[in-house]
Amino acid sequence: MTVQVPMDDASRSYLDRFGELRPRLPGSGLPWLADVRDAGAAAFGETGFPGRKTESWRYTNLASLKKVDFSADADPMPVDQASLPALVYGRESSCRLVFVNGGFRPDLSAIADLPGGATLVSFREALAEWPDLVEQGIQASAPDASDPLAALNAAFMSDGFVLHLKEGVSLEAPVEILAVGTGAAQAPVYHTRNLVIAGRNSRATIVEHHVGLCISSYFSNQVTNFLLEEGALVRHCKVQDESREAFHIAHSTARLGGDAQFDSFAFSLGGALSRNEIHVRLEAPGATCRLNGAYLMKGRQHCDNTTVVDHLSPDTSCRELYKGVLDGEAHGVFQGRITVHPDAQRTDGQQMNRALLLSDKAEMSSKPELEIYADDVKCAHGATAGELDDMALFYLRSRGVPEEAARGLLVEAFLGEVIDGMALAGMRLPLQKNISKWMGDRR
Amino acid sequence: MAIDIQTIDQVEDVGRYKYGFETEIEMETAPKGLDESTVRFISAKKNEPEWMLEWRLKAYRYWLTMEEPTWAKVDYPKIDFQDSYYYAAPKSDADRPESLDDVDPKLLETYKKLGIPLEEQKVLAGVAVDAVFDSVSVATTYKAQLEEQGIIFCAISEALQKCPEIVQQYIGSIVPFTDNFYAALNAAVFSDGSFVYIPKGVRCPLELSTYFRINARETGQFERTLIVVEDDSYVSYLEGCTAPQRDEHQLHAAVVELVALDNAEIKYSTVQNWYPGDENGKGGIYNFVTKRGACRGVNSKISWTQVETGSAITWKYPSCILQGDNSVGEFYSVAITNNAQQADTGTKMIHLGKNTTSRIIAKGISAGRSQSTYRGLVRMGPKADNARNYTQCDSLLIGDKCGAHTVPYIEDKNRTAQVEHEATTSKISDDQLFYCRQRGIGEEDAVALIVNGFCRDVLQELPMEFALEAQQLVGISLEGSVG
Repeated sequence: MTVQVPMDDASRSYLDRFGELRPRLPGSGLPWLADVRDAGAAAFGETGFPGRKTESWRYTNLASLKKVDFSADADPMPVDQASLPALVYGRESSCRLVFVNGGFRPDLSAIADLPGGATLVSFREALAEWPDLVEQGIQASAPDASDPLAALNAAFMSDGFVLHLKEGVSLEAPVEILAVGTGAAQAPVYHTRNLVIAGRNSRATIVEHHVGLCISSYFSNQVTNFLLEEGALVRHCKVQDESREAFHIAHSTARLGGDAQFDSFAFSLGGALSRNEIHVRLEAPGATCRLNGAYLMKGRQHCDNTTVVDHLSPDTSCRELYKGVLDGEAHGVFQGRITVHPDAQRTDGQQMNRALLLSDKAEMSSKPELEIYADDVKCAHGATAGELDDMALFYLRSRGVPEEAARGLLVEAFLGEVIDGMALAGMRLPLQKNISKWMGDRR
Repeated sequence: MAIDIQTIDQVEDVGRYKYGFETEIEMETAPKGLDESTVRFISAKKNEPEWMLEWRLKAYRYWLTMEEPTWAKVDYPKIDFQDSYYYAAPKSDADRPESLDDVDPKLLETYKKLGIPLEEQKVLAGVAVDAVFDSVSVATTYKAQLEEQGIIFCAISEALQKCPEIVQQYIGSIVPFTDNFYAALNAAVFSDGSFVYIPKGVRCPLELSTYFRINARETGQFERTLIVVEDDSYVSYLEGCTAPQRDEHQLHAAVVELVALDNAEIKYSTVQNWYPGDENGKGGIYNFVTKRGACRGVNSKISWTQVETGSAITWKYPSCILQGDNSVGEFYSVAITNNAQQADTGTKMIHLGKNTTSRIIAKGISAGRSQSTYRGLVRMGPKADNARNYTQCDSLLIGDKCGAHTVPYIEDKNRTAQVEHEATTSKISDDQLFYCRQRGIGEEDAVALIVNGFCRDVLQELPMEFALEAQQLVGISLEGSVG
């Protein structure tokens, strides 16, 4: 293994630690996995943590992340069963996997009887029991080597969940993933790898909660690979409410076959610095994706939503809507790229991102991009940033609604467009309540 | 070769001792390649003041430390900067074609379609013409009229002799040589360009155009334009020409600087139709331009309008720095690419002052195997209270081998500022085409008609005399792209 030593100390220390940890990482006996890990480390070694000169990280500065000396094997603070339900948004589900600092906790989890043909296990267990399945999933997802953090994840990935659905299997109830971040003696880092393989015409809904149970710092580096075969439908809903000192970097990839549907919703509330990056490849006619997101940021929080949608085949479509509210000195980032490859005729791509700035120091950066190499397409994007509409505020005030309440109403209405469009109806109310609470805390 | 070296030495001496440039040897072309002596040679040739030479040398030394930008979505073989001439005196009549009969008939065909008078065709094609040719005498009349009002409109090298203090005050203050690779190169070796100065309270009575400036021909590949408009004044400036011009240089790296003081307004219109190369893009011109205007004063306004149809590669972002309160920036652009052309163009609107507004309307049309990119930045600074921006980028694709891309950057650091961006991409609808065709309009004419409709918002911003020609140009640029 030849690893080119990167410039900065932080990146180097990750590579040094890789050398130490490598024999102890799960699946160490699997040659293909060793190759994936080495390739990941090598790719990370070439660039190190991305700086401002890296175009895709232009607006998200990882300097604060590099300052913290994270530990990969710190013992987490204890978490008990009783404290869990309060962490979950919405209805409790009968099928729940709980992770504490990235490690699967069977004692806290409950796996209900899933229909035949459906498998839900931890990544570690899957590596032991079904290594071929994991290999197939990871290789097919072709980790995006150009992203240094995804490469870092490939090197270190240790746990996560694996959901496999055989042809025609349909999960009625949502699968719930609860990822808890707790403090430790030394700020922990964990590299989670999730895998969702949906066979032909299968269906599933996954709800992920990322919750911080402490006020201290930790670094959650997530990669989720979705593989949707023909006609599969996967809905993914993620609520990110990490600790206010935490770093949450999530990189997702999705490959869609013919008529497959992928629906992603990301609600971001917590974290000192968070990033949701989604790469979707629409590979056969009829594939559609919907990428939506909402975020509420205050203090000095930083939230980045980055989407890359590749239309590789004719007759594919995507819809994107991201809306955010920024208060305090928060910084919101949206980067969205829609690429229509040659011959991907009759592509229909729509993208919209809007941000509301509530304070003088809040900041929004957006970079919506269209890259089009086919002529018979309909593509559009829009971006706006600004404050609450004075006229709307005046309207409410003139009807006797107090100023703060009026602002609250308008913010709820602003985000309402995304929340109402959520495929998972049961999540709407709890998220709305969250928005009201967030606005209430502002006062 | 020995003479070359001797000349260089002499030129360097001149640079050192500023005794003026006097030499027995008539040297029309600087030796091939670029080093400090080339810079000194050009400066000496222009008889420039000491500070100008110093500035050029600083720019040159800085340029050496820079790397060629690669972020633009254009693809071209690496340029060897040592393999070209950086200064060539205007051509002697002997090199020119003797009459229109010697000119490429294809070029003449295009002139005919644009409806250009015969005498002008000669000038454009580089035919040696007699000095008493009409437009030249017209230009002289105009010059007198301008001088009466105190307007200075001349070549920048002339301005360096006539009013060096104004040039010194403003040159490089909007586009410093540290700005980018090509701006640094231009600062080091720029050969000539236009200079416009409008004194306080003067509304320039006519549209100034490079076309009317005597000696404007063959200003070379590194043009530098500086326009300074004092309080309460107005100027409209036209650059370029709808007709394809004969040109010897492949690399063009121009810099344009505009300064608008209190209540001043500058309207800058460009029609660029340089040689785009053959069907495979061979031999076309590389057009790497830095254009920037500063709205320094309150209530000032800078408006850029451009029609870009030529050049193999266009890399150009006319920008506005909206510094003065209530200042206004506008950018209207049509970029048409056909065959193997590549255009990466857009604008930057930097809002610094209160109540500043900007408007961006960009229309891109790609045909053949061309690639067209809109790249723009809208930045709302923390003090830009109540600033507004509206951006609209539309792309039209003709044929399935071309590409159209939109890359806007939006940075908002002010709560009260409002930014709106919209972009769409589509093709010419079959319904529209069918409608035209069934009324007996030929396919090419129908496409030209529809595309003209698509660009209307921008074309109507052009000064009258340009607008009509530009419409014709749209049609001609797309020839051979349908069917």
